[in-house]
Order: sequence, then structure tokens, then C-alpha cells
Amino acid sequence: MTASIETSKKPNATEDMLPPRGETGIILWLRKNLFATPTDTVLTLFCMYILYLFVPGFVEWSIIDAVWSASGRVDCWEQMEEPNSAACWAFVSTRLQLLVYGFYPEEYIWRVNIAFVLFLLALVPVLWDNTPRRPLALLYSALFPFIATWLVFGGFGIEAVETKKIGGIALTLLIGVTGIAFSLPIGIMLALGRTSKLPVLKMLSVIFIEFIRGVPLIALLFIASTMLNYFLPPGTTFDLLVRVLIMVTFFASAYMAEVIRGGLAGIPKGQIEAAQASGLTYWKTTYLIVMPQVLKISIPGIVNTFIGLFKDTTLVLIIGMFDVLGMGRSSLADPNWNGLAREIYIFVAIFFFICCYGMSYYSAYLERKLDTENKFQKK
Amino acid sequence: MNNNSVSDFNLRRLFYNQEVRSVGIQILTLAVICYLVFSIGQNVLVNLAAIGKDISFNFLWVPAGYDITFQPFVDYGPTNTHFRAAMVGLSNTLLVAVTGIVLATILGFILGVMRLSQNFLVSKLSQIFVEFTRNVPVLLHIFFIYGVIINLLPVPKKAESIGGVFFLTNRGIFAPAPTLEQGYEAVVGAFIVALIGCYALARWAKKRQMKTGQIFPVFLTSLGLIIALPLLANVVVGGAIGVEIPKLKGFNFKGGLILRPEYVALWFALSYYTASFIAEIVRGGILAIHKGQKEAAHALGIPANRTLRLVVIPQALPLIIPPIASNYLNLTKNSSLAIAIGYFDIVATLGGISLMQTGKEVETMSLVLLIYLCLSLCISASMNFLNHRVTLKAR
Repeated sequence: MTASIETSKKPNATEDMLPPRGETGIILWLRKNLFATPTDTVLTLFCMYILYLFVPGFVEWSIIDAVWSASGRVDCWEQMEEPNSAACWAFVSTRLQLLVYGFYPEEYIWRVNIAFVLFLLALVPVLWDNTPRRPLALLYSALFPFIATWLVFGGFGIEAVETKKIGGIALTLLIGVTGIAFSLPIGIMLALGRTSKLPVLKMLSVIFIEFIRGVPLIALLFIASTMLNYFLPPGTTFDLLVRVLIMVTFFASAYMAEVIRGGLAGIPKGQIEAAQASGLTYWKTTYLIVMPQVLKISIPGIVNTFIGLFKDTTLVLIIGMFDVLGMGRSSLADPNWNGLAREIYIFVAIFFFICCYGMSYYSAYLERKLDTENKFQKK
Repeated sequence: MNNNSVSDFNLRRLFYNQEVRSVGIQILTLAVICYLVFSIGQNVLVNLAAIGKDISFNFLWVPAGYDITFQPFVDYGPTNTHFRAAMVGLSNTLLVAVTGIVLATILGFILGVMRLSQNFLVSKLSQIFVEFTRNVPVLLHIFFIYGVIINLLPVPKKAESIGGVFFLTNRGIFAPAPTLEQGYEAVVGAFIVALIGCYALARWAKKRQMKTGQIFPVFLTSLGLIIALPLLANVVVGGAIGVEIPKLKGFNFKGGLILRPEYVALWFALSYYTASFIAEIVRGGILAIHKGQKEAAHALGIPANRTLRLVVIPQALPLIIPPIASNYLNLTKNSSLAIAIGYFDIVATLGGISLMQTGKEVETMSLVLLIYLCLSLCISASMNFLNHRVTLKAR
């Protein structure tokens, strides 16, 4: 670069020639990326044909011709040129309260909203390193689950709300966030147990992890809904939501344990030996030396487990709880709006896509950030 | 640490002794776990006795009394036992798992290779599909295929046909079925002979290549052999293996193979969902192979397709098989979502209707868990074996 600038300054140098036409800009890009070889051209044309088949029709169906407000399916179809020729988003918007809060009493919905805002605030110090006064903010994040439980389910001075009233996106977030918050520490303990030198601890961890990983979540949820109460002393019983939360957390922590174990295997033995030589105890070695490195290299796996857990929350609809998908499906039974499954499913799909894609995007960012910090340690 | 003199003994030292500590912790944990297991067992017995139930597996031999709409392998009617219903469920689980794994692998490799394509449109299309699919719950995919896509298909009278032999309708997919008549053993025999022939051919071709350096087109010849020999045998014995094409009679198709909508939806949704994960694994595995490997192969004059087959894939396979194996396991476990759309798998039969009818929660659920544990063990064992086979041995 600098060389060419210098030569152009010389008085008798030949002028820089422009590259030949078709070797720069958009034409070059097109030639290189779409029409490099005859096969490529055929593939490109084929893809364009596929896009032509689906995209214009979908845009027309979902946006241009769509009906945004109506009182029922019949009303909706009357507003279209031809019945059932476009999306009827009015269905989603009239059902929005159910889809977001479930059967939560309307006069207390503000409590869920406040809990949600507090949840976003609690996320800030966890996700963002430069939060002012981070230690204090993290303390708040740690206290948040208790505040949220109190706000959503009441008691201690405010009106109590039954746990089966909550549904929709609120329930999905509740199960997802609880599972995420508890599965990481339990998973770390299980992974440490599995790599431990103590045979009994190791065996117990292996049995737990392999058992949970070997069976489908839906079987565990069935156990939670039909027979977990048999395991408890006679007379004691606890809420279905709590039972489901326990099962989902156990399920995710077994997978988390395997991710962490993979990270533990990636730590050079010298790190641990050096820590022991400096006189650190097992727990100090683990907390100060091993875990920071393990968590760093296992970020993609950890976030993938979180995403998997968040998607798996939909399974609770099979045991009769109404998460966002369950709520959507129960809306389909409404005779007034019958036959509009597409709109509901697309709404739910977009919700999950935004949440899960957001998580994987954040993990990619975190990986990049931590990677640059570690440039010199790399082999 | 100095503990050679007995007079030094005191509790404090004992507490900090590492060996004593580790043994102590383990005994303590074991005691706690034993107590938990024991008390849970006792609670179960007490609780069951309180509502007048006992633990016995005799219900398995009692007539089930419910109907199962999809039973391609095991004959079953409402008068058969719960055990037989469970067997139908197990065979249905295996069917959807095996066919799902096959389709997911094919789709996954196609999507993964598309993602690596030089062509911008091809790679972007694959990326959009993969990102969208893997970030949406599989249960939603199943509902969408079952409740929307299959409903969009025409009624049997106006069926969409593929080549006049496959018919897509909202009552399922109708496919041609093979019919067996006398003498079909000869065709099967010919097929086995063709397989042995292929093996011999491959060995001979390798020997010849080692000796002379000439390459024999083994793949195409084998393919020809495998297709031609059984076909020839079939003609010789007078068409013992025929094909029955479904025909429209009245309002529905008769004959041929019927794939019910529940099965099609579950199979297809599980396959493309898992394929989107496999695609990322394949892409990662191929990208992990150092560029120099490819360049060296080019420098040696090895053509591109053979470079992929002989240089890139053998090195990528050990990287991609373990994660693919865990995706196969996930697909098998996700097949339990069948219950949501009324496909009769093992959870829907034994853990669903049989449980409701007999009230034997503990027995049915423990059988279901046991069956899934066995399935998972089988899959991971066979994938471990495969991985062991393809791992490059350092010489």
C-alpha cells in the first residue's frame, strides 16, 4: 500500500492503471460468488427460482394482504379478497394477553411486568463487565430470584396467586431462567464429582449423569407429574410447578456436567500441579485456577445447553401446563378462531428464535472477547 | 506432615489429614445417599399401600383394551395384552428412530456441504435454514408439520403424485410396497452374491492398485453389480418380487405402503431438526482440517473429489462422529414427543395409555426408563465402535 503511494509521487512514474472492467466492485463479487463455474450458475439460478417460489408469496401472505384487526375468523376472512388467502394476525393480537401471561389475574399483571423489568436489570451485571459498582449489582442479581418469586406468586403482604394461573411466555421464561440459573452450579459440582479421585463420589456422579442423559425429558416430566409425590413422606406434597422445575434443572445439569467435564479435560495438568505446589487447597485450586479457565473454554457448550433447555421448556405442555406453545395450542380450540394454526405457530417460533438466537449471538461475542484477552497464552 | 509418633495424635490433626478426610467424605456421602434411597423406597411402599396398590408386573399380561392405529411390525388388537401393546410401541419408536437417523444424516451432510459452498446464495440459504431450525423447539416443528403442512396437502381424490407411484395426501403418504411371491429367495440369494462379489472386487482392485498403480472404478461397478444381479434373478424366476402401486378406490387409496400423517410428521420434523445440528458439526469438522492438507493433495495432482474422499473426510470423521452420535441419541429420545401428536411410541403406549388404565405408575415408568437406557447404551456403544474404527492410527 505505502509502496504504491510513494511511487505515484515520483514525477516520471507511470500512472496507476485502473483494474480492468469487471474485476472490481459488484461485478467481481457476482462473478466470484454466484457465477464462478457453469455448475455454480446452474445452482444460483436454481436457488433464485426457489426463492422466487416462496419469498414473494410469503411476504404477501404475512404482511401485504394480512389482516391486523378483526373480531373473529369469519370477520377476518371477509376482509380478504379470498377467504383464508392471507395471515390473520388479529388472532394473535386478541390472544396476546393469554400468550404472554397465561391465566394470571388481570389486576396483578403489573407484578409480572415489574418482575420482568427487574429481570432485565438483573441481567445487566451478569452480561456486561463494565457495569458500575458491579459487585453490588451482582448481589442484586443473586437476590433477584427471591424477589421475582415473591412478586409473581405473592404472599408476605401481597395477594397470593396460584402457580397454575401463570402461563404463556411468563411460564416459559420462569422455567427457562430457573433451570439456567441452577443447572450451571449443579453441573459444575457433578463434573467435579465425575473427575474426582474419590471413587464413591465419582461413581455416584457417573450414575446420575448417565441415567439422566439416557432417558428422554418427557419421561422425567411424567415421573414429576404422576409419581414424584410417592417418593415423599406420606402427607407431604408440593406444587406441580416446583416438581417440574426440579426435573428440568436435573435434566439440564447432567448435560451441563458433560460440557464442563470436556472443559476440565482441556486444562493442562501443569496448571493444577503448579497450584498445588504453591500450597493451594483443592477448593482454592478449583475456584481460583481451574474454573475460570474451564468456564472460558466451555462457553459455546454452556450456552448451547442453555438454548436446549430453553427450547425443552415447551415439553411441559404434554403434562398439561400452559407454556407459550401450550397456550397457543389451546387457543386453536376456540371455535371463533378455528383453523388459524399457522399464525400462532409462527408467532411462537419467532419468540423462540429471538431468544435462542440472541443467546447464541451473545455467546459468540463473549467468545471473541475472551479470546483476544488470551492472545499470548495461546500455543 | 509428621505423624510417626502416636503421642502426636489429636483430633485436629486427624481432621486435616487428607486421606482420613477423603474417606470420611465418601462414607458420609454414601450414608446420605443410602438413607435417601432407602427412605424413598419406603415412602413409595407406604404411599402405595395407603391407596391400596402394590408393586407387581402382572398387569403386563392383562388385555389392554385400547386400539393402536399404527402397527406395521407387530400384529395387535384391543384383546391383546399390555405387553404386546408395549412391543408395538417399542417397534414404532425404533422405526421412527432408525428412519429419522438415516434421513437426518443425509440431510445434515447435504446442508453442511452446502454451507461450505463457494456459491453465496447456496451457502446463505443453508445458513438461514440451519439457524432458523435449530433455534426453534422441536415440538413446535412437529406441531407445524402435523397441523399445518399435512393439512395443506390435498385430499386423496386430488392427491399430489410423484411419478405416479408416491401419493401425498392429508391422510398420509402412500408409497409402493414390495410383494413377495414364490421364488423370491432366489432374488435375495442373488443380492447376497452381489454383496460378496463387491467385497471381492474391492479387495482385488486394492491389490491391483498397490501393484500397478492403476485405479479401478470400484464404486460404479459395485453399484451396477448390486442393482443388476437381483434384477436379473427376478426376471429369471418370473418376477417373484413385484411392486404394488397404491390405487385410488372411493375416497382413499388401497394397497401399497401407507405412511400415516403422525408418522410422517414426526419422522420429517425430527429429521430436519437433527439435520440442522449435524450440518453444523459436518461444517466444523471439515473446516478443522488444515488448509495445507488440501493444498498438498492438489500439489500431488490428486483431483478435488478424491482429495475430499481420501484426504479431508478420513481426517474429519474422528472429529465429527462423537458429536453426531450424541445427536442420534437426542433424536431417539426426542421421538418420545410422539405422544403430543398421537403416534403410538413406547411412551405413548406403555407410559401413556397403559399407565392411565392400570394405574401402575411406578412399574410402567421404570420399564420405560429401562428401555430408553438400553437404547441409549446400544447407540453409544455402536457409535464408539465406529469411532474406534475410523480413528487414524498413528504409525
